[in-house]
Amino acid sequence: MVKFQHVNKWYGSLHVLREINLRIAKGEVVVVCGPSGSGKSTLIRCINRLEPIQAGEIFVDGKPLSDPTLDLRALRAEIGFVFQQFNLYPHLTVRENLTLAPMKVRKVSRGEAEAIAAKLLERVGIPDKSNAYPANLSGGQQQRVAIARALAMQPKIMLFDEPTSALDPEMINEVLEVMTGLAKEGMTMVVVTHEMGFARRVAHRVLFMDEGQIIEEGAPQTFFETPGSPRTRQFLSKILSH
Amino acid sequence: MTYKFDWSVLWTGQSGQWLLQGVITTLEISVLAWLLAGALGILSGALRTLPFPPLRVLAAFYVEFFRNVPLLVWMFFWYFAVPPLLPTPLQDWLFNHGAEFWAGMFALGVYHGARFSEVIRSGIQSISKTQFEAALSTGLTTAQAYRFVIIPIALRLIIPPLTNESLNLLKNSSVALTISVAELTFQTRQIETYTAKAFEALTAGTVIYLALCLSIAFVMAQVERRFAIPGLIARVARPEH
Repeated sequence: MVKFQHVNKWYGSLHVLREINLRIAKGEVVVVCGPSGSGKSTLIRCINRLEPIQAGEIFVDGKPLSDPTLDLRALRAEIGFVFQQFNLYPHLTVRENLTLAPMKVRKVSRGEAEAIAAKLLERVGIPDKSNAYPANLSGGQQQRVAIARALAMQPKIMLFDEPTSALDPEMINEVLEVMTGLAKEGMTMVVVTHEMGFARRVAHRVLFMDEGQIIEEGAPQTFFETPGSPRTRQFLSKILSH
Repeated sequence: MTYKFDWSVLWTGQSGQWLLQGVITTLEISVLAWLLAGALGILSGALRTLPFPPLRVLAAFYVEFFRNVPLLVWMFFWYFAVPPLLPTPLQDWLFNHGAEFWAGMFALGVYHGARFSEVIRSGIQSISKTQFEAALSTGLTTAQAYRFVIIPIALRLIIPPLTNESLNLLKNSSVALTISVAELTFQTRQIETYTAKAFEALTAGTVIYLALCLSIAFVMAQVERRFAIPGLIARVARPEH
């Protein structure tokens, strides 16, 4: 579904992604963790080309992203992206947040878009908030709306960039539950997160990144119990000790 | 004091009609110039925030060129300097169809468009980059993201300075009297010339400008309330509906 081949990226002289090789299969749930500045957000932002790469190639659904004839808009329509800061449209109601892209990109009728929106709000557990504005919702509710907004485009892949890092502790679970449900339905997901409990329970594979490189990858059990690299052990001991 | 007040000059003779025509012309030239300024301001303000260098430079050139020359000079330029460059039939047509009005409206709109542009640019630049990325990542094009997300948010944020600029535009329409557009100031001067009652004539003008500007400020305050973005500081929250 997604393939990285010798991917390198620089910000000026800063080498942020180094020789990334990665394959993500359809239906796979991959958790990416690592210290801040390790390139994990950059990695997933390259998949829908929010960030360009300078060397190597990324394929999504078999199509190379460097292809000059690539329809960027069609690519992005197939890839849901959930941000740390939610980034809902503050001037629109929850319903309008969900219907904008389906109507403008997929050319779905308003009625149909609203029906999809209602169904998705039901699925993320806030059917009664469709007329509210984002500011009237809690952080956890806003992030669930953001997930529903991405799902409204019926994406093939969902990317999550630290979806719970901006949330109060008691709201983290409601968001993780929605994500767990998605994973169970077979959605292909790449999740940048420090929620190691989620990684253990839901991920098929965990990646550890540091200084722009994938240092370690493995099934959750192997990853957490017998990490191979000393750098991974050091990182895990820091985040799991308390 | 030997000056004898005579307020009746404002409603005897043709004064009332002149004032009314002046108000209508002031409103016509201001509304058209405001629409022109709004279109130019949104376009150039948005272009200056996009990652397309040639368009950014073009928009920056527009702003710096038009805001840094006095409005009076622009009025003279569009009225006296430009028409002789046009083909004769077009010149004739223009001077038979109120060339001074169109030159004045154009000068006013283009000058204030450059000023609107900076206000709109600051509104757009106050929106986080990830808000724009969120719109793009749902598949919207850059143009659609601006049209449906970025500009609607920016316009809501800049209503107070936009009100300022709109009031300035209305008041600056008085400069058009220098190219003989018969707007409100022109008409008060005419009453003064005919009656020699400067105080009364200019008082009438003052009061009318004040009333027009206060009405605009009032309307803009309603617009600000109606379109307030819930959750922003010190704004009247819109109830859920």
